[in-house]
Amino acid sequence: MDTILQLLGFVLVIFAALALGWLFRWVATRVTPHETAKALRTAPLTASFGMLVILIYVVVALLAPLVAPFGEREVVGGEFLPWEAPYYLGTDSLGRDMLTRLVYGARNTVGIAFVTTALAFLLGSILGLLAATVGGWPDQGLSRAVDVLMAIPALIFSLLLLTIFGTSIVTLILVIAVIDATRVFRLARSVAMNIVVMDYVEAAKLRGEGLLRLIVREILPNAAAPLVAEFGLRFCFVFLAISALSFLGLGIQPPTADWGSMVRENATLITFGDVTPLLPAGAIALLTVAVNFVVDWMLHRASGLKE
Amino acid sequence: MTAEAANKDILLTIRDLKIEGRADEEWIEIVKSVDITLHKGEVLGLIGESGAGKSTVGLAAMGFTRDGCRISGGTVDFDGIDLRTAPEAERRSLRGRRIAYVAQSAAASFNPAHKLIDQYSEGPVEHGVMSRAEAERDAVELYRRMRLPDPEDIGFRYPHQVSGGQLQRAMTAMAMACRPDLIIFDEPTTALDVTTQIEVLAAIRDIVAQFDTAAIYITHDLAVVAQMADRIKVLLRGEEVEDADTRTMLSAPKEDYTKSLWAVRSFTRPEQPPVKDDSTPVVSVRNVTAGYSSLKVLIDVSFDIHKRRTVAVVGESGSGKSTAARVITGLLKPSEGQVLFEGTALPPDYRSRTREQLRQAQMIYQMADTALNPKLKIRELIGRPVAMYLGLKGKALTDRIRDLLALIELEPDLYIDRLPSELSGGQKQRIGIARALAAEPRFIICDEVTSALDQLVAEGILKLLDRLQSEFELAYMFITHDLATVKAIADEVVVMKEGRVIEQGPKAEMFQPPHDPYTELLLSSVPEMDPDWLTHLLAERAGT
Repeated sequence: MDTILQLLGFVLVIFAALALGWLFRWVATRVTPHETAKALRTAPLTASFGMLVILIYVVVALLAPLVAPFGEREVVGGEFLPWEAPYYLGTDSLGRDMLTRLVYGARNTVGIAFVTTALAFLLGSILGLLAATVGGWPDQGLSRAVDVLMAIPALIFSLLLLTIFGTSIVTLILVIAVIDATRVFRLARSVAMNIVVMDYVEAAKLRGEGLLRLIVREILPNAAAPLVAEFGLRFCFVFLAISALSFLGLGIQPPTADWGSMVRENATLITFGDVTPLLPAGAIALLTVAVNFVVDWMLHRASGLKE
Repeated sequence: MTAEAANKDILLTIRDLKIEGRADEEWIEIVKSVDITLHKGEVLGLIGESGAGKSTVGLAAMGFTRDGCRISGGTVDFDGIDLRTAPEAERRSLRGRRIAYVAQSAAASFNPAHKLIDQYSEGPVEHGVMSRAEAERDAVELYRRMRLPDPEDIGFRYPHQVSGGQLQRAMTAMAMACRPDLIIFDEPTTALDVTTQIEVLAAIRDIVAQFDTAAIYITHDLAVVAQMADRIKVLLRGEEVEDADTRTMLSAPKEDYTKSLWAVRSFTRPEQPPVKDDSTPVVSVRNVTAGYSSLKVLIDVSFDIHKRRTVAVVGESGSGKSTAARVITGLLKPSEGQVLFEGTALPPDYRSRTREQLRQAQMIYQMADTALNPKLKIRELIGRPVAMYLGLKGKALTDRIRDLLALIELEPDLYIDRLPSELSGGQKQRIGIARALAAEPRFIICDEVTSALDQLVAEGILKLLDRLQSEFELAYMFITHDLATVKAIADEVVVMKEGRVIEQGPKAEMFQPPHDPYTELLLSSVPEMDPDWLTHLLAERAGT
């Protein structure tokens, strides 16, 4: 009986998610300008749901001080209080409000992960496209340097760098961005390699186009689809990397709220059958799924025109 | 032969065949009611332009459709078996054993990781027709009948170690492995040079006759189908236009569309007055030797291209035609010799040429698909060279783009904001032409510009190029392997072989005997509409 109920609940959640997606799409197509609305209408329900989730995360992250009932670092009551008003999701191991911590966690963890991924992509794809377009020695130099960086296990390498440069948020972002940029570099280079040999690139070269225009107008638009897909995946990996570093004490430092360290700090509760410590993990999972839903749709759109 | 065939049993009956393809979330009918009756030992030619549904019908004769397609109506009856309703297992047991398929590109269809003979044996062994050892002995026998060189050993090579024409013959031998009743040939010689094409055609025709195999021969080349087929069926947009036996069809086509197909090769450009001896050629290639590292692809090549003249550079693949274009454009530095533009030497590397020098020599590519950036709109594709070389902006730029579109006979309002993927093959090639014109050059290299197009479309492109030439006094270098195109558009012809110029001169002289032996071979290899042409040619060549 229990399993049936669980199954039913599961199905219900999926339907609710799709319904939310439908509702979001319905609203979105009516409030956005014509061109965007036309594109949105083609979005499948999964992608609509994904966009809704991302939108909620962004709003919560931006308006964290207004949404959260308490202060980020404020000890408001006893440790591990149950889910009762005014602590709707209970309190953590130090007596801070769980809901508040979750809300601020969105700002910190998502914000840092996003900035890191964006930076990694900026660095990795610019260098990758450059290496593929120019070729010759610059390509060899960059590629071999990246090989060396990739030969060192990412976690050990970031631990090493963070120990050397200290554990501020800026260093954390820079270190992870540089390490992740090596992966992006490899992808961008290999994708661009296939585009550089196309006749239209040759035509542009013979026209006398400069390097910048070659990369920005001729190569980048055609390399964008796989790069966008990789962005979704990379974003999730960066998330995990930050959580792993936080777990080892070198990531986001307490008392700053961070979903990764929140799981660790409250892990003892799991032994008592309480789901509270899993909420931040769930928040990470939901965002990951949402991002990938949207990326899938974008990929489909990008490839759809080619058939 | 047809009368004889009519008395034999019927092998394949297709009635009211309808096939739908999925595009943009809906099903579109791509084949509308096609009927085929094929007798044992009969060869049916299916012809039509690309998109006519030839290949789709051919595959449906095996009860097969490509991904995203489905047979939505009609019956496919192969020797009493309804291929539409038969279970997949039964259809699979037929394929390869009783019905075989030969694809257009043998190079892409063979698995590069296995030897030819291993791939040959797979079918017969899998279907339990022969043991492995028997299959290998049989392979050698068929390779011999397909007149492959060194039939004992050729099977033990990998696909990349064998030339394109040989590979296509090996593939036909493979299709024959189980002695099928029906073979479907899907454009088997389209990717081959004329001289190789002859060998493959002769081999296919012989083997089909020897084993009395029925065949469906799909092609867009009328002259080829005239040699191969007993009966011809013309398709247009998924519908049958006309069906008659080969000789009747060739001598007395009934439908207008068929007549227009037959008339395609009639376009010829009027004779141009001879060039004055003292005039400076627009482009002059002087004793150019070039290659990649130690391999020499061009050896001591020289030719001139004058204003308002078209010089056709002819040769088989690997003869150095395209390399000559790369040297002229500066993509490849010659090791000796130089390229002159109106009397002054061009820097060998395009990077050291001035913008003005780059502007004067433009290029139109063979594959418009890869020559146009798929992410840019027509406006930018054509507008970029205009903005770059002529410095036009805003309204002046838009006006110029619209003029250019009108010049290539595309409605500006309709096309200016489209992406290349929203155009047909011929329209894409027109955009390629407009992009070259946008620079207002004096010289254009046309690299096989019509070889990827259907004949009707290709003719339109040739006429357009001809009109533009007279209008803007352009000089063309026309690279092609198709001598029919040369006849239509060239003023002068340069014949190349293995990196050397074999013969060159005005068109009239080139098409008159006496020829260099190689030119003779090239000229005589161009298929003609006469259904007896291949037979006569082979007899003639055997005699000499």
